Amino acid sequence: MSLSFVPSLDVRGLAYAYPDGHQALFGVDLTVERGERVALLGPNGAGKTTLVLHLNGILTGGAGTVTVAGLPVAKANLAEIRRKVGIVFQDPDDQLFMPTVREDVAFGPAAAGLRGPELEAAVHKALARVGMQEYADRPPHHLSFGQRRRVAVATVLVMEPEILVLDEPSSNLDPASRRELADILRSLDVTVLMVTHDLPYALELCPRAVVLSEGVIAADGPTGDLLADDELMREHRLELPFGFDPTRKPATR
Amino acid sequence: MGAGHTHKLYRHGHSPVHRMPPHCKLVAVLGFVVVVVSTPREAVWAFAAYAALLGAVAAVARVSPWFVLRRLVIEVPFVAFAFLMPFVVPGEQTRLLGVEVSVPGLWGAWNVLAKGTLGVTASVLLAATTELRALLLGLQRLKLPPLLVQIASFMIRYGDVITDEMRRMSVARRSRGFEARGVRHWGVLAKSAGALFIRSYERGERVHLAMVSRGYTGSMPVLDEVTASRAQWCSAAALPVTALLILLLGWTP
Repeated sequence: MSLSFVPSLDVRGLAYAYPDGHQALFGVDLTVERGERVALLGPNGAGKTTLVLHLNGILTGGAGTVTVAGLPVAKANLAEIRRKVGIVFQDPDDQLFMPTVREDVAFGPAAAGLRGPELEAAVHKALARVGMQEYADRPPHHLSFGQRRRVAVATVLVMEPEILVLDEPSSNLDPASRRELADILRSLDVTVLMVTHDLPYALELCPRAVVLSEGVIAADGPTGDLLADDELMREHRLELPFGFDPTRKPATR
Repeated sequence: MGAGHTHKLYRHGHSPVHRMPPHCKLVAVLGFVVVVVSTPREAVWAFAAYAALLGAVAAVARVSPWFVLRRLVIEVPFVAFAFLMPFVVPGEQTRLLGVEVSVPGLWGAWNVLAKGTLGVTASVLLAATTELRALLLGLQRLKLPPLLVQIASFMIRYGDVITDEMRRMSVARRSRGFEARGVRHWGVLAKSAGALFIRSYERGERVHLAMVSRGYTGSMPVLDEVTASRAQWCSAAALPVTALLILLLGWTP
């Protein structure tokens, strides 16, 4: 079995209800091929976060299966799954919990048993990939918001994940930080699933998009086509910003 | 954010005291304080000698006396208590500056004042020459229970985040025309404190989620081991050992 034919992420018939009875997912099917960048679009309350928390086994116990690079998400291989799925949460202050940037980036690989010079090298490489090497010894709360978000990306890149899952990566970023993060994400050679409301950002970065609405995948196709479908967008409470024309500029690479 | 690049107690420097490993300094300060506390209060000259010792440490560390004096303000509540003692403690009375005061009370006040001031000064010098981060590493090295070190480390990481949140809530209150004046407004302040607690609690849950996602299983990986050479231990021991000698001399006249 050649690994390149195994999709990075394969979700089959995933359904989930919270313990209080609220059902968030009603049978989600989603396949993300290796190296793809896919935007997961959906209004608030569509079940996006619930889906994300299933990808690394934080939430389990519903119907259906999640498979990451051929490995099913199950209790027995949770440690391996969490190395393969790198989730960047929305608030970098939640993600960066160690006293310095260097220690934060080192946390994941150190928890997996890496030590000494190999650990140093991995941390250095991950910080270099997001252009934050010279901030290694700073405490996270002394960085700007955009810098913190980049470090948050480094903390999961250092694990060499199979798939990078970003929760609202552009939220709270000023235009320059937004562009810098886009450049970084484009430069990475990794599968990306980007959860967002930011439709122009999705179009800029992801050739393919899926719409999650009311717990099911309502649409799946090239991002430009989905965004150009007025009726679909309206139906799922996804509105383009004023003056933005998705047909004018195709997604890059 | 308000916070500078280091804690306000810390004075950046490259003196021998700054360079000393943090766990040596912690042990030295603890030893010194134990010696000071066990000195009989009548040995006035011994306290003068201890003060001279601390003065020498401050000089080597190049911490200005003004800085130490300003940081001593934290001691004020204890000083107020000490000043009460000559008036409330019963016993033999004497006249001091035309006021009736009790002799045991005077000795008690002197005892609290001298020992307290020496202890606080030693702690201020420790904090001024050791970064918070290094103190944590020192505590870890001294085999303090890892859970306590983790809690302290999260306090340092999130102290500023929570203070910031508190400040934003206060700005929001005042923007809606609320100024806390007097007892009648305590209810509002109490509710704000409650809201802040719930927010911090929820943040705690999100941080835990982020930690678990990166492979946390209950213990923090030890990334930096601080080590000390025999010479460093010897120089750190200089302070408590000299103090102990002074104490022993005081006991064998």
